[in-house]
Amino acid sequence: MNELLALALAFPLVLGALFIVLAASTRAALFGFFAFGLFLALAWVELEAIDVALTEAAIGGGATGLLLLRLNARMRRTVSLGQPAGPQLRIVAGLLAVLVTLVLGALLLALPDPAPSLAAATVEPLPTLGISNPITAVLIAYRALDTLLEIAVLLIAVVGIRVMGAERGWAGRPVPWPAAEPSPALVFLARLLVPAGLVFAVYLFWVGADAPGGKFQASTLVAALWLLAIMAGLAPAPRTGGGWTGIALAVGPLAFIAAGAIGLAATGSFLAWPEPVAKPMIVVVELALAASVVVALVMLVAGPPEPEAGR
Amino acid sequence: MTVSLLPVWAVLAPVIGLCALLLLEGRLRPEWVAAPFIAIGLYLSISIAYEVISHEASLVYALGGWLPPLGLTLRADGVGAVLLALTALVMVGVSICAWAPADGAGGRGRSGFWALLLALWSALNLAFIAQDLFNFFVALEMLSFSAVALVALDGSRDALTAALRYLLFALAGSVLYLLGVGMIYGRYAVLDLAGLREIAQADPVTLAALALMTVGLMAKAALFPLHLWLPPAHASAPAPASAVLSALVVKAPFLIILRLWVDLLPLSAATAPPQILAGLGSVAILLFSILALRQQRLKLMIAYSTLAQIGYLFLMFPLMPGPAPWLDIGWTGGILQLVSHGIAKAAMFLAAGLIYEALGHDRVSELAGLARRQPMTLVAFAIAGLSLMGLPPSGGFIAKLLLLTAAVEAGAWWIAIVVLAGGILAAFYVFRALGSALAEGTPAVAPVALYRQGAVLALALCALALGFVPLRPFALLAIGRPLEAMEALP
Repeated sequence: MNELLALALAFPLVLGALFIVLAASTRAALFGFFAFGLFLALAWVELEAIDVALTEAAIGGGATGLLLLRLNARMRRTVSLGQPAGPQLRIVAGLLAVLVTLVLGALLLALPDPAPSLAAATVEPLPTLGISNPITAVLIAYRALDTLLEIAVLLIAVVGIRVMGAERGWAGRPVPWPAAEPSPALVFLARLLVPAGLVFAVYLFWVGADAPGGKFQASTLVAALWLLAIMAGLAPAPRTGGGWTGIALAVGPLAFIAAGAIGLAATGSFLAWPEPVAKPMIVVVELALAASVVVALVMLVAGPPEPEAGR
Repeated sequence: MTVSLLPVWAVLAPVIGLCALLLLEGRLRPEWVAAPFIAIGLYLSISIAYEVISHEASLVYALGGWLPPLGLTLRADGVGAVLLALTALVMVGVSICAWAPADGAGGRGRSGFWALLLALWSALNLAFIAQDLFNFFVALEMLSFSAVALVALDGSRDALTAALRYLLFALAGSVLYLLGVGMIYGRYAVLDLAGLREIAQADPVTLAALALMTVGLMAKAALFPLHLWLPPAHASAPAPASAVLSALVVKAPFLIILRLWVDLLPLSAATAPPQILAGLGSVAILLFSILALRQQRLKLMIAYSTLAQIGYLFLMFPLMPGPAPWLDIGWTGGILQLVSHGIAKAAMFLAAGLIYEALGHDRVSELAGLARRQPMTLVAFAIAGLSLMGLPPSGGFIAKLLLLTAAVEAGAWWIAIVVLAGGILAAFYVFRALGSALAEGTPAVAPVALYRQGAVLALALCALALGFVPLRPFALLAIGRPLEAMEALP
């Protein structure tokens, strides 16, 4: 039964990939990419990796797809994309892809089965942290430094995106899009989805302690809703250059480091969670991290700010 | 092992600085916000070096009290302490040279530069002291994103094109590296270097994983044949950005390659991986030294010289035949080459930047009169060139002499010939630029602040001072090796 389900999921994945490669227009390929992301998320669910599935649906399919769609619209206005690759190049690329797949497949089959795992070790200390989802424990406790610095990567990316913009637009707002009047259907959809989605995001955030979900998934959802509101003309894009967006970006890493210092004072170990207050401290830090992630993601997708005087 | 929080703060202090810059943007000048964090970074690196030397033991910290394989540790060993000090030295030199608080308000070139510089510092410190394969990946991500943005800082069409090319190389490298890490985890369920050292075997899966990671890191280190991104990136980046890029950024992935093949899976020198790496290094030395000779622009000449000097680093792999590679002279020679090239190349790029500011161009054939008009910068350039050529007294001389001796001892004559040929070619391209600058002429020269010229000269003199390091395996570089797993919290 499971094999049948796996096959049923693998089939649209291969088909989707083929569609993306062979699609006549970039736009069609992009919509194929959205669908592909959703099927990939379902495949992760089938593999019982719900957290990965949520991330794939939100970042892999959703945010990346949106970014590509916007890029496509922008590039058609500004530059010509040139001729598509000729058949020879496509055949070489195809052969290379097949070769890589075969080598990877062979290596995967050579891995020990059952795979060695740290899963048991991640569960044991959970009671001291007041949470029962081991994945959240890996992110916030065992490998807290990785999580903290990945947020720093997001901040670096935000600075990097601003660097790509115009010098005069170092501080400012990104161009709203679509530039024309949004359609009434989009506005209606945004009015409907944003409040409902926010409630679901709060649920995802809270449930992360005990079940799949957590700050990253919740933040991505909030960012997506914000972007929807921007597209519908209901909310402005965040303004770069200090102010409250600067506070929101900085608060995540700073709260995490402050919590680390509190852990140092209370237990003697930096980034340790003192047992009686572990859960509330984790929630506060995750809220701060969520603020940083939401603003960073919206800024990344919205693109570099435009010169304010030029508009 | 000594337990110490210093390595943790060395990674986190620049991150706090980055946050402070974002918080205070528009209220305070970015230089003034960044300055205290640069001072703190310098203090932390000096303290770490002092502690490691005085205790003759590495500084270790298990974050959150979680031991590997579950948790992460940071460990500043002898090599780590030396590289943290190198990073701090170059960062301070670059900061002084880029210090220009008098120019208008912050913008891309100002706010962006200082934020990215601090981010880069954190990434480098982490890459030099992390002990976990995925932790390395986080360091590499921070490193690549900030370095790519620094290349794009100029905002010109060329700069953006070069940055995009760099980004594609760096991301391809990340994918390959992460693939290898995933395979290592699937094979051993451990990512900690000391833990892996105890259980890793040279089976096909492990070797394939390490090969993938090495190729990925080669793309980030710009080793031939994955070097295509580096010359355009250097040509269009601002001089201070070029200095950190050449002196430090390409060194971090090299160090991780070294740790994979020395700390994780030590192989005998006769096996294929060390030979292949040294072979690619040799090609890089010969090919890019010749290409450096043919460049018309000073910055591009120095960029090709970087590609050649990176080649020297990879020569060390087959030159550590002993059971304890860190006691061989090949190890000392390689690390010393890394450090002396870092300092000398930072000085050289900064000098080239000041020359560009003074003359308004950096065409090698039109430098006449520079010796009279800007002697301090030119002396710095010449001293740094001394180290690149491998002439005494300089760090480059000691490093190349150690590599040469190691090659002769190991009977690897081809490596010895490459080391010598590379030195001669370097002399040609350095003297070509110097000769042009020493010619008579009266160019129009824009004034360049004296403190900036002084900072470059000080950096170059540091490269010179490295020449007085004794000619033998250096005990400091062996501290903390072989890696020992942390058994319990102290």
